[in-house]
Amino acid sequence: MTVTTVETREAPAGASRHPAAPSRRRFWSASRRDQLAGYLFITPQLIGVVLFVLVPVGLAVWYSLNDWNIFSGRLEVVGGDNYADLLTDPQLPSVLLATVVFSGGIVVLNIALGLGLAVMLNRRFRGVTFFRTLFFSPVVVSVVAWTLVWGFLLQDNGGINGALSVIGIDGPNWLQSGDTAMIAVIVSQVVRSVGINMVLFLSALQGVPSELHEAARIDGAGSAAIFFRITLPLISPTVLLTAIITIVGALQAFAQIAVLTGGGPGLSTTVLVYYVFQQAFEFNNIGYGSTLALMLLTFVMLLTLLQWQLRKKWVFYED
Amino acid sequence: MKTDLVSHRQRRAGHVLRRVILIVALSVLAIPFVVPTVWMIASSLKPLNEIFQSPPTIFTDSPTLAAYAEAFTFQPFARQYFNSVYIAVVVTLVTMLVASLAGYAFARIPFRGRNVLFFVVLIGLLVPSEVTIVPLFQMFTQAGLVNTHWPLILVTALAAPCVLATFVMRQFFIALPGELEEAARLDGLGRVGIWWRISMPLAKPALSAVAILTFLASWNLYLEPTVYLTSPELFTLPQALTRYADAYGGEMWNTQLAAATMTVVPMLIVFIIAQKQFVEGLAHSGLKG
Repeated sequence: MTVTTVETREAPAGASRHPAAPSRRRFWSASRRDQLAGYLFITPQLIGVVLFVLVPVGLAVWYSLNDWNIFSGRLEVVGGDNYADLLTDPQLPSVLLATVVFSGGIVVLNIALGLGLAVMLNRRFRGVTFFRTLFFSPVVVSVVAWTLVWGFLLQDNGGINGALSVIGIDGPNWLQSGDTAMIAVIVSQVVRSVGINMVLFLSALQGVPSELHEAARIDGAGSAAIFFRITLPLISPTVLLTAIITIVGALQAFAQIAVLTGGGPGLSTTVLVYYVFQQAFEFNNIGYGSTLALMLLTFVMLLTLLQWQLRKKWVFYED
Repeated sequence: MKTDLVSHRQRRAGHVLRRVILIVALSVLAIPFVVPTVWMIASSLKPLNEIFQSPPTIFTDSPTLAAYAEAFTFQPFARQYFNSVYIAVVVTLVTMLVASLAGYAFARIPFRGRNVLFFVVLIGLLVPSEVTIVPLFQMFTQAGLVNTHWPLILVTALAAPCVLATFVMRQFFIALPGELEEAARLDGLGRVGIWWRISMPLAKPALSAVAILTFLASWNLYLEPTVYLTSPELFTLPQALTRYADAYGGEMWNTQLAAATMTVVPMLIVFIIAQKQFVEGLAHSGLKG
């Protein structure tokens, strides 16, 4: 994803490296053999991508122009009907809203918390490794196990409300009302995955030359000014990339929703991926499900394009 | 002189105070990161009637392993555990091989159409698995591979997580100095020999990053097993964890938590032992800007 330049380091040098090859004039010259090795090396990966990514995307486009006929058990061409359904589906606006709230909430919270933790832990003190380990540890807990435990704690009579009642607060039934259920899925997901962003930010922060900080401090800049004027611009490529990775990841969050809320209550936490799954596998609407899946793909593609464009424009520094 | 000393002492006091505030803030922030795991382990040891006790207690006075026994009798849990482990191991090994070959070629071997083909492979990173799952399900149905582990192994080892691995390996090999390879080539080593004997031994940091990312990706799969697998003895762990429900559909919380504990604790132990590799692997995975 980060590859904007795919320049070859070897190609220009490669030609002059084998001066003997052309004079021999054998068909399997060294460079031809090398080319063949190159193709053979990438073959397994290329087959995988073609067979399990490109062909399925092509098929999804085909399915989106069809509908499953229950009586004949076959696909029937319906042209643009599924695309017209996108406009009339009464559930879709609420699904898209939930998707925006969920992905937006996750990206904002995840970047803010990840950056905050990285700044707090980017210094030497006793216990810093302990805290880093601690904040990273949920990353290795499987998504489903993590989500199950949160579901358990969020029950009406569960641990969170139990703890709240001790300090005299009567907690809500978290998973039974739309707003609190959305907050619950966002928070549980951010806590599980923020460790990854924290590590990426930490390694970016360690790349910021300390002389810059010292120079600014001697010039009388406060900590906040140093952070916003110097550190943040310098690590902006990482922040941007991390934000895009996080939002693309949030767009694909299926297990968290399926296990914690099942899309409910009502449609309040039915995000696009979950809706795709429901349409395709629960209601057997293969055609409409594929149309929705292509919409998801379009969103992901647009975000990736946006990242490439922004990278060119406002990112301050690139190595 | 004296004022200097005072201000120095004051600054030191301010320093200590700030440190204390920092540690208190970190400890408060740490609560949601730690409590769920602790609570999970503690609750899995409680008798059923204590699980939703109010006010809540973290540790029980009468710990029991009944829920752990039940986890194995209610479902073929040992078998499911084995499934998850062997699938993740196979996927990781295949990915390491496929990705290091492809990553090496894209970084090091000049061949015609390299940039175009690399771009084609990168598309594999962009397409969410939820987009391809419907057609893939149809393809695997046609091939008679539904309700087997083949879709989980093939797609994971050759598509999305593997493309990420190829990318990581390429970034690593591109940064590797070429002199060693030149020397080996002059000694008459072919491409395969150079790749295996010269470049791969140097690629250990990248390979361990790839291994960790791939293992976690396979270990966490939920959508795919839910779609492809219907027999409980073929289930993987994430899927199995959600099936602990009694005849009325009510959740068997303590059994579920015991099973979850058994899947989480080994991973946490491995993580704590190998955390340096985990964290550095991620940081060096080429995922940063």
